[in-house]
Amino acid sequence: MDIIYTIWLRNMKRYIRSKSRIIGSISMPLFFLLFLGFGLNSVVQLPGLGGNYIVFLIPGMVAMSVLFTSVFSGIQIIWDKQFGFLKETLVAPVSRLEIMLGQTLGGATTAVLQGFMILVLSVFIGLHISSLTGFLIAFMFMALIGISFTAFGIAIASRMEDMTGFQLIMNFVVFPIFGLSGALFPISSLPAWMGPVTLLDPLTYGVEGIRYGLTGVSQVNPLVCFAVIGGFALVMTVLGGFLFRKIKF
Amino acid sequence: MAVAIHIQNLTRRFNDLVAVDNISFDIDHGEIFGLLGPNGAGKTTMLSMLSTMLKPTSGSATINGIDIEKDEDGVRKSIGIVFQDQSLDEELTAWENMDFHGRLYRIPTDIRKQRITELLNLVELEDRKDDIVKTFSGGMRRRLEIARGLLHHPSVLFLDEPTLGLDPQTRNHLWQYIATLAKEKGITIILTTHYMDEADRLCNRIAIIDHGRIIALDTPKNLKDGIGGDVVTIKSSDPGAIVAALTEPWIIRVEKHNDEAIISLQNAEQHISTIVTLLNTQRIPIESIAIHKPTLEDVFLSFTGKTIREEEADHKTNMRMHQRMVRH
Repeated sequence: MDIIYTIWLRNMKRYIRSKSRIIGSISMPLFFLLFLGFGLNSVVQLPGLGGNYIVFLIPGMVAMSVLFTSVFSGIQIIWDKQFGFLKETLVAPVSRLEIMLGQTLGGATTAVLQGFMILVLSVFIGLHISSLTGFLIAFMFMALIGISFTAFGIAIASRMEDMTGFQLIMNFVVFPIFGLSGALFPISSLPAWMGPVTLLDPLTYGVEGIRYGLTGVSQVNPLVCFAVIGGFALVMTVLGGFLFRKIKF
Repeated sequence: MAVAIHIQNLTRRFNDLVAVDNISFDIDHGEIFGLLGPNGAGKTTMLSMLSTMLKPTSGSATINGIDIEKDEDGVRKSIGIVFQDQSLDEELTAWENMDFHGRLYRIPTDIRKQRITELLNLVELEDRKDDIVKTFSGGMRRRLEIARGLLHHPSVLFLDEPTLGLDPQTRNHLWQYIATLAKEKGITIILTTHYMDEADRLCNRIAIIDHGRIIALDTPKNLKDGIGGDVVTIKSSDPGAIVAALTEPWIIRVEKHNDEAIISLQNAEQHISTIVTLLNTQRIPIESIAIHKPTLEDVFLSFTGKTIREEEADHKTNMRMHQRMVRH
């Protein structure tokens, strides 16, 4: 536990000091929220979902913020590799699993904090958090998305030598995961062939879970959401832990 | 004296390249031991195996009696390492880097704080402890890394090219630290270097490594004495003729190396005029003459027939050819 805490602590210290990163990664979902939200609010009709597109979009943007921050946090291990710091950690008499878990929790925490900032800002553009329970449910789903995708980033980083493949991963893996998740549109309004595809995307369940917590309505049963994204977090952590163990010095 | 490190038939292969070739030797407790050789000789591979980062292909080694393959964590607890490349977190302060290390090695909080202060004082970084490492110079970073390597009180400290890329003044400074450390803390230090002066100045004993093998192992003094007396280097357009001409009994050895003849002899000052006269009468051209006490460079040359720099150039060519073969 103490080792996991040590690694987590380092992540927090680095996070708090990286002002430009904090602002940089809330700006994108915030702009999406403002431009898409206000731009499409009067055009888009959402039958049965409260009708307000901005409120519909907010959980999606919170999830987006968590997703991108966590993948990025996980992939940061490549920097540690390149700047040599990873060696210092790997040669210590501690298990690789502890290091990986510390890194995962550190990344997930930063990601949740980033998502939380979007959440707070959303209050100013129409979000009403009606109950503490709802907020805690949303928070839990944010944490699960954070854990899943930090571990996912670590898994990828364990197999990459440098940052050259980063853009490729972002464009061809992370962005489709985001786009297909129903963060931007209700999945029930999609063409029949596309619906099942969104249901294969683990992030869909995270977004729907947050949406249930924040707005009280979701298109997927929240228990199903919890089971799928919880299971996905577990699988990713195991996979990340497995691949991280095989990193060479 | 007790044996700190025992190495037996240690071998490491990378595909068809033998980086460390069946090396055996012992290092005593409290010794500063140098692994000297050109880049690519196998020094870092050797260190990586001893610090459990790399598995040996065959052979074995123990550190304080702990087997490097059977008890990795046991070995890791008893060693400190300063890597060749920097391994600090540049976004953290000096203190935080130390603290991170202390926590990783599970040093209790109060002892950790006390030791960090003590060590930062030792490497004269106490007044910069709350500064981000990014703002540190190369020498300061190195000193911080050495302090960090000592935090968990290892009995063996590995230093991989500790002064690589540092300016002469900082190097001098660091050498003093390392020498003081070994004396005051009584720890065993193993350092790799391709600087002859560094090995000469710091080490109690030196193993000269080339192509993964130990070609000589002794104290710097014995190694240099093995050359015999002084070294006279004569630069000439016809060094071969010099080798042929110098047959006097007081000449221990004379070898041609590029455009130089390298002569080993006792009391060079007394014989130099004789040599010059001899070469003049045979009309052998002399461009310049230099007399010096033997250095480890001469030792390396006498064992390998090459200077350490030529050996490095060769190695690079080999590596390039090797890579090309692998690629095609």
